[in-house]
Amino acid sequence: MTSRTRAVAVAGVLLGLALIAPFTNSFVILLITRALILAILAMSLDILLGFTGLPSLGQAAYLGIGAYLTAILATKFDFGLGWSFWAVLLLGMLLAAATAAFFGLFAVRASGVYFLMITLALGQCVWGLAYRWNSMTGGDNGINLPRRPAFAIQLASDVAYFYVVFGLFAASLLALYVLVKSPFGRSLEGIREREVRMRTLGYNTWLHKYLAFIIAGGFGGLAGVLWAHANGHVSPEDVVLTTSVDALLMVVLGGPGTLVGGAIGAAVVLFLREYLSTLVPWWQYVLGAVYILTILYLPDGLMGIAARGRRSDIVLGRPEGAKDPAVS
Amino acid sequence: MMAAKSSTLVVAGSLAIGIGLMGMGAVAEEIRVGFIAPITGPFAQAGKDMVNGWEMYTDEVKNDFAGATIKFILEDDQAKPPVGVLKAEKLIRQDKVHLIMGGVLASTGYALAPVSTREKTLYIAPVAAADDLTQREADKYPYFVRTGWTSSQPTHPFGEWACEQGYKRIVAIAADYAFGYETVGGFQRTFEECGGKIIQKIWPPLGTIDFGPFIPSIKQDADAIFTLMVGPMSLQFPKQLAAAGNTKPVIGGGTSYDEFTLPSMGDEVIGHVSVLQYSAALDTPKNAAFVTKYREKYGKVPSYFSETTYTTGQMIHAVMQQTGGKWPGTEEFVKLISAVKVDAVRGPVSLDDKRNPVQNIYVKRVEKKKMFGYDKEELWNTVIKTYPNVSQFWKFGKAEFLKQPVYSRDFPPCKFCE
Repeated sequence: MTSRTRAVAVAGVLLGLALIAPFTNSFVILLITRALILAILAMSLDILLGFTGLPSLGQAAYLGIGAYLTAILATKFDFGLGWSFWAVLLLGMLLAAATAAFFGLFAVRASGVYFLMITLALGQCVWGLAYRWNSMTGGDNGINLPRRPAFAIQLASDVAYFYVVFGLFAASLLALYVLVKSPFGRSLEGIREREVRMRTLGYNTWLHKYLAFIIAGGFGGLAGVLWAHANGHVSPEDVVLTTSVDALLMVVLGGPGTLVGGAIGAAVVLFLREYLSTLVPWWQYVLGAVYILTILYLPDGLMGIAARGRRSDIVLGRPEGAKDPAVS
Repeated sequence: MMAAKSSTLVVAGSLAIGIGLMGMGAVAEEIRVGFIAPITGPFAQAGKDMVNGWEMYTDEVKNDFAGATIKFILEDDQAKPPVGVLKAEKLIRQDKVHLIMGGVLASTGYALAPVSTREKTLYIAPVAAADDLTQREADKYPYFVRTGWTSSQPTHPFGEWACEQGYKRIVAIAADYAFGYETVGGFQRTFEECGGKIIQKIWPPLGTIDFGPFIPSIKQDADAIFTLMVGPMSLQFPKQLAAAGNTKPVIGGGTSYDEFTLPSMGDEVIGHVSVLQYSAALDTPKNAAFVTKYREKYGKVPSYFSETTYTTGQMIHAVMQQTGGKWPGTEEFVKLISAVKVDAVRGPVSLDDKRNPVQNIYVKRVEKKKMFGYDKEELWNTVIKTYPNVSQFWKFGKAEFLKQPVYSRDFPPCKFCE
């Protein structure tokens, strides 16, 4: 599949989603909205995992920072419930990026499993803060947001909120796509493939990885702001390790290094978990089977299916971008 | 792991068919109840007990709530508030339930109450005990009704009881979260008002199972130890305390010794005293029948988790009797249930104007004995003192009580801590 046909396909699917979503039932639209938010989180992680080859287990931290910032501003300062919502979006991204810049100082030095462990530990620090800083975060009880923002449009309406999330998702996808296609994105892929060679070529690989880490954090924060308003409630439970692991699974399931794969993974995981779970009690076996089958037969994730169907097209191994992160 | 069984009871089905065949004008109304409980995870057993209690009541009345039948839809929240919120939305939006019910943790209660306000749907909390839901924040949640208890409700009288025992200096060791703060807060307030002193507060994190770092720090000159443990903590703490050679009396909040953990405990807890609105060893004919029947059906002693959902069934039934089996609408239902008085298994229950039960509080001592005709000696929470008709505001009066902030880690302040 050429990148142009792929872009057309993605745009078509998104357009279809935007048209259909308002006509689904009022619960399904909540799920779609949540799936889009988690897709932003998964794509942010894909920058690290898929493009730079850094498996992070702490992505929930940035979601948490965005979410808690939103909730604290809304409840303590009554800020972010009107036009200022957009300011909060920006602040959430900036604060999460700043946190990533700080955490990155520790994490980016390491690679492979050590990177995994450090990001896990840093993620748990954020969880600890959310859980223990009672006066600010409400501790175990979390924070209830007073309401969704209202400016020219009432975001309390689920359809309106869906379109806002949809727009931000599309914008994130576009921004990240431009990023990974830029020379900077190419150099990240180079680092993933062979960092030593990139260094010998004169690239400051540490700086590249550090920047990727910050950008991933920023988009995680964006997902967090949206998550807070989707749930109307922020809890330490949002920041737990499981959320980070989920994000990782979404990327692996969809196909690392493809951006869109993370979004597909997010949708599949969320629907299996939240929708199938309301239909059958054995949904976890389905989820487990999907993971195992993907790992066994689709090392490139669900996005790999397209590639498999077109084996004959592939001369140089895999389609661009769909590389196995384990190689790093 | 999630069990989303939407089980219309067979009886309900046949009843509906029966009425259909009779061709009468009045068709039995179906009340859809969305039940949220942890079916998986560390609190799964509590969730199971809740479901059992509810199921036992509906079975007992053959799912005939004054003509209405109840469709029971169970969703697993894994005791995680964000999951609970989404499940509640699903129940309300997709299943169009008339009411949601459940939640174990106080934090789940806090997360679900705003959903009920937003969706204008009744939310009944049989377990979640966060004080403020029916106190300072009650007005924010007009569709919230509690059939269980507030965290500090049992420990208010318990503080006075501790004074009567002659305890002067007590160390409190409690799980480090809102439920722990509120339980200890209630105890501390009344205990210190009658002349006692809390000389130390220790807060092990929720889920602690190794109390090694905490037990040696307990002040040796205390008269007694007050504990508030939940889940697996309840099992480990008394064991490790006994192993450390403790000789002080141990007293505590209800969850430290409730029947959900008591059968798994060892003899080291004999003589420990706790306080709650229910005990399986309550010596009334009603409770004897309840325990016997429950044991026959589920093979274990009911905990307060089972009793409270059973009683909730009874209260809903009482409302339906007044409406002749018709769903009265959310606001009207709240009004009606607020006026209901039931003779429950735990004793008489009615709701105050903030929609929290006024009920008996039992001081209970763990004893090893035979009860209700079982041949083996078991641990039971023998009731040693009953405080009748205790409200969440105790003797303070509502207005005065609500002036103080909610009990927290720092309130009441530890004036006598050394």
